[in-house]
Amino acid sequence: MNVTLPAPLAAVEVRGLIRSFGTVRAVDGLDLRVPPATVLALLGPNGAGKTTTVEVCEGFLRPDAGVVRVLGLDPIADSAALRPRVGVMPQGGGAYPGVRAAEMLSLVAVCAARPLAVGWLLDVLGLTGVARVPYKRLSGGQQQRLALACALVGRPEVVFLDEPTAGMDPQARRLVWDIISRLRADGVSVLFTTHLMEEAEALADQVVIIDHGRVVAQGSPAELTSDGTQRQLRFGARAGLDLGALCTALPAGCRASEPRPGGYLVEGLIDPQVVATVTAWCARQGVFAEDLRVSRRSLEDVFLELTGRELRP
Amino acid sequence: MTSFSPGTFAPAPGRGRLSRMLITQARTEFVLTLRNGEQVLLTLLIPLGILIGFTLLNVVPVPSPRVDNITPRVLALAVMSTAFTGQAIALGFDRRYGVLKRLAATALPRWSLVAGRMLAVLGVVVVQLVLLSVVAAGLGWHPHPAGLVPAVLLILAGTAAFGALGVLLGGALRAEVVLAVANMVWLLLVVAGGIALSVHALPGPLSAIAAVLPSGALAEGLHMALVQGATPWGAVGILLSWAACAGLLASRTLRLS
Repeated sequence: MNVTLPAPLAAVEVRGLIRSFGTVRAVDGLDLRVPPATVLALLGPNGAGKTTTVEVCEGFLRPDAGVVRVLGLDPIADSAALRPRVGVMPQGGGAYPGVRAAEMLSLVAVCAARPLAVGWLLDVLGLTGVARVPYKRLSGGQQQRLALACALVGRPEVVFLDEPTAGMDPQARRLVWDIISRLRADGVSVLFTTHLMEEAEALADQVVIIDHGRVVAQGSPAELTSDGTQRQLRFGARAGLDLGALCTALPAGCRASEPRPGGYLVEGLIDPQVVATVTAWCARQGVFAEDLRVSRRSLEDVFLELTGRELRP
Repeated sequence: MTSFSPGTFAPAPGRGRLSRMLITQARTEFVLTLRNGEQVLLTLLIPLGILIGFTLLNVVPVPSPRVDNITPRVLALAVMSTAFTGQAIALGFDRRYGVLKRLAATALPRWSLVAGRMLAVLGVVVVQLVLLSVVAAGLGWHPHPAGLVPAVLLILAGTAAFGALGVLLGGALRAEVVLAVANMVWLLLVVAGGIALSVHALPGPLSAIAAVLPSGALAEGLHMALVQGATPWGAVGILLSWAACAGLLASRTLRLS
């Protein structure tokens, strides 16, 4: 006899979410699902609808249409039951301008039944030295770390982090990555937004790229970056080489370009024959190909292909 | 690769004790008010300066004993400064700094976002009351004993009225606008709202208007209670009406950010 187990309840489930501000449709029919104890990165250009999506999940915004469930509950109707189970790091933090870092974290900690130790958390996040400094005098990175501490202190089951590493130095960013990895290993589900491809690639089980309020791509970082055929060959050489001969020599479907002076890129199905063609061409030009490497598309390439290269306001 | 030991962040969610949450929030906001220089100037130093200055210097004609006539008005001023002006400005900037959103994301119930603030305001009012009463007593203040209980009642009703108006203003507009409006209204009410001058001393229609303003009702009520020993139920009624109307309106207009 076959026993069908019920699918595990998603930590976050969004279906057909629509949310407008005036005439602007910030989120336009968005679906996403965060399985328990996984990390989802929401990527998108400015104004793509990332924060709106997160704020709907947090119960701060009412959806115009669609279904949003966090731990199976409605973020607005079941707010009182849900809030103790969810950790929130709003964009730009959130604290009284004059409050000391330790006071703020203690206040948020009191709201939880079994909070993490405030002193320990401040220490881990490198805030012990500024525990008595008013919030408005903390650096941007310190404010961000305090906001992260506030999101974690209540030992939540689901954590929403809106641009958690914005304004942080590389050390602090590594620390946040470390914490997110530990959260997942400890069974916490995480949904975070970011502009950093590297961050999404390093942390996320699932990346969802959105633009104009819609999902334009989703999958694991590996799925998104390798479609089996598209690969890249990069090398460095003297700037301004004439690529005409190379393009003719390359098999059909391969293109050569010089995206920055002295940095060359061959795109297409890169096989050993293509590599040989490139090195032979370099030899004929009398140049030595430096740092020659074959790689998959980066997540950034995927992102820029999908969302365009022009600047967003 | 992680340097945290397994189970560090193992979920263990739950809501904290309600009384502890509310008291911690109120205590935090109370301490923040007393630590803020501008707030201390507004809520303590200006009322103290007026009390001492106008009692000792005979620059404006005040019936004697001067301190008995000045103290009730200074108490009204203190309540208005804390519950309305100070609170509206703090709320405006707290919203700007994302505090309300931050607290609304915790297990703290929504009603306590405002209840905690009111409790903090009440704490500051108590500090003002004690400090101003002690200084006034040092200057020879003799309040009418029969008016003490009505005065406490009036101060509670006045705190509720001005507090609700403060939330109404501070919870709806941009921080800079709140700052400007709160200060302007403060000045208007001091000059023409029955605080600096008795409602009866104001010209014609202004006198009638000031009498039903929370400032006029509180100042006149405190005067009647502490100077004449009366129980001004009318003033209490006016203040509670303001509290109810402004509170109802504020509950619809309060925005988290």
